[in-house]
Amino acid sequence: MEKARSVIARSIGARDEEIVFTSGGTESNNLAIRGVAQALRKKGNHLVTSSIEHHAVLNVFRALEKEGFVVTYLPVDREGLVHPEDLRKALRPETILVSIMHANNETGVIEPIEELSRVVREHGAVFHTDAVQTVGKIPIQVDALGVDLLSASAHKFYGPKGVGFLYVRKGTRLAPQILGGHHERSRRAGTENVPGIVGMAKALEIAQDEMGEEAGRVGTLRDWLEEELQARVPDIVIVSRGAPRLYNTSLVLVEYVEGESLLLNLDFEGICVSSGSACTSSSLEPSHVLLACGYPHALAHGSIRFSLGKWTTKEEISRVVAVFPGIVEKLRAISPFGKVR
Amino acid sequence: MYTEKVLEHFRNPRNVGRIEDADGVGKVGNPVCGDVMVMYLKIRDDRIEDAKFETFGCGAAIATSSMATELIKGKTVEEALRVTNRAVAEALGGLPPHKMHCSVLAEEAIRAAIEDYQAKRQRK
Ligand SMILES: Cc1ncc(COP(=O)(O)O)c(C=O)c1O
Ligand code: FES
Repeated sequence: MEKARSVIARSIGARDEEIVFTSGGTESNNLAIRGVAQALRKKGNHLVTSSIEHHAVLNVFRALEKEGFVVTYLPVDREGLVHPEDLRKALRPETILVSIMHANNETGVIEPIEELSRVVREHGAVFHTDAVQTVGKIPIQVDALGVDLLSASAHKFYGPKGVGFLYVRKGTRLAPQILGGHHERSRRAGTENVPGIVGMAKALEIAQDEMGEEAGRVGTLRDWLEEELQARVPDIVIVSRGAPRLYNTSLVLVEYVEGESLLLNLDFEGICVSSGSACTSSSLEPSHVLLACGYPHALAHGSIRFSLGKWTTKEEISRVVAVFPGIVEKLRAISPFGKVR
Repeated sequence: MYTEKVLEHFRNPRNVGRIEDADGVGKVGNPVCGDVMVMYLKIRDDRIEDAKFETFGCGAAIATSSMATELIKGKTVEEALRVTNRAVAEALGGLPPHKMHCSVLAEEAIRAAIEDYQAKRQRK
């Protein structure tokens, strides 16, 4: 297990003792945010995050609001980017923690963490980033990013499910959230999930080795998919196409039709995509991320996310390109919108 | 999560489109999710001769629109008003609980189209 810790620490430029093993991204986020908020409560009660975070961050902040903390949710621009200037303005003398995700799970947009963390450092608050989407996909060095805490989850880099880690910079005060014995230097009690941890380290090693090649191959496929869809289907929006983005994600908004009906039709063709925010696909709310980017309700409702991966082939993308225009046309024929009367 | 029958109606929806000289048109929105359904009715001697729909919505919304038009065709206005969202859902072999609200759209669209028909007739 300690070998696994070293592998993981080295891959992000951290020290072994700065890695805390957890049950995944959700627990890492809970531990980081609640842990710092509780440990520094005497110093202040103001927290800052963004309006596009994953629910594993947003719901922690909402719970902290009920416990008396004051939370600022930073806006994003149309591309989904948080602006360092907005962050600077939001900081108060009593701000103790800022948490902004590295890459968004719906749009793939990569936030300017280096610039944001600089603003936070000058102010003296603690900075956390949810890097669940980026660890194993793009190179990460905690010192270059300038973060104090960083969450990761193994299954996002083809490791086992139910295991992850939290990087905690030396000297960062953190109240444990699971109480018990002195495991993980008293930051997370309970006997560690050793098989999961070993699997996670191996998966990260492989991901690091293949990173460059994968980025090129998958990125090329993604760009090709987007070019073809844009050329073949009228009235679609490819979200954040102009912003720095993860190479594996493509979020497409289709005017006049609804996301679930698109998803079902693609599923009939054996193509698996997500609609809205994947984890909340049974919820009716359109994505909070798209609404925060300023897209209208109806358009945010017609979102389809293509997540490409290690096993995505050129043939699969050709298939999407071939069937997608017909599906959209069929659904638009049923829709009351978008027709010339 | 959907029954075969729902998927079948979703894949091949019946009675899609508009009736240009409709006797009653009902447009309703679902406040929960923002989806929209428009129902067009052709009515003669108080009997629904033809029904068509246009829907911006999820799979359940499209399937219930389709089934609703099937259920009311040939019925009298009186009978059509008694078609509930439950009846539409049951005719489809049921809907998952969190999708029941989608069938409400169909019931409301029928009602709205008939109200439009009755209002128009009174004006004549
Ligand atoms: C950005 C982000 N944060 C957190 C999580 C939660 O991670 P886990 O499933 O490991 O709890 C996810 C997973 O979907 C995610 O995409
Ligand atoms: S989710 Fe809107 S009608 Fe079904």
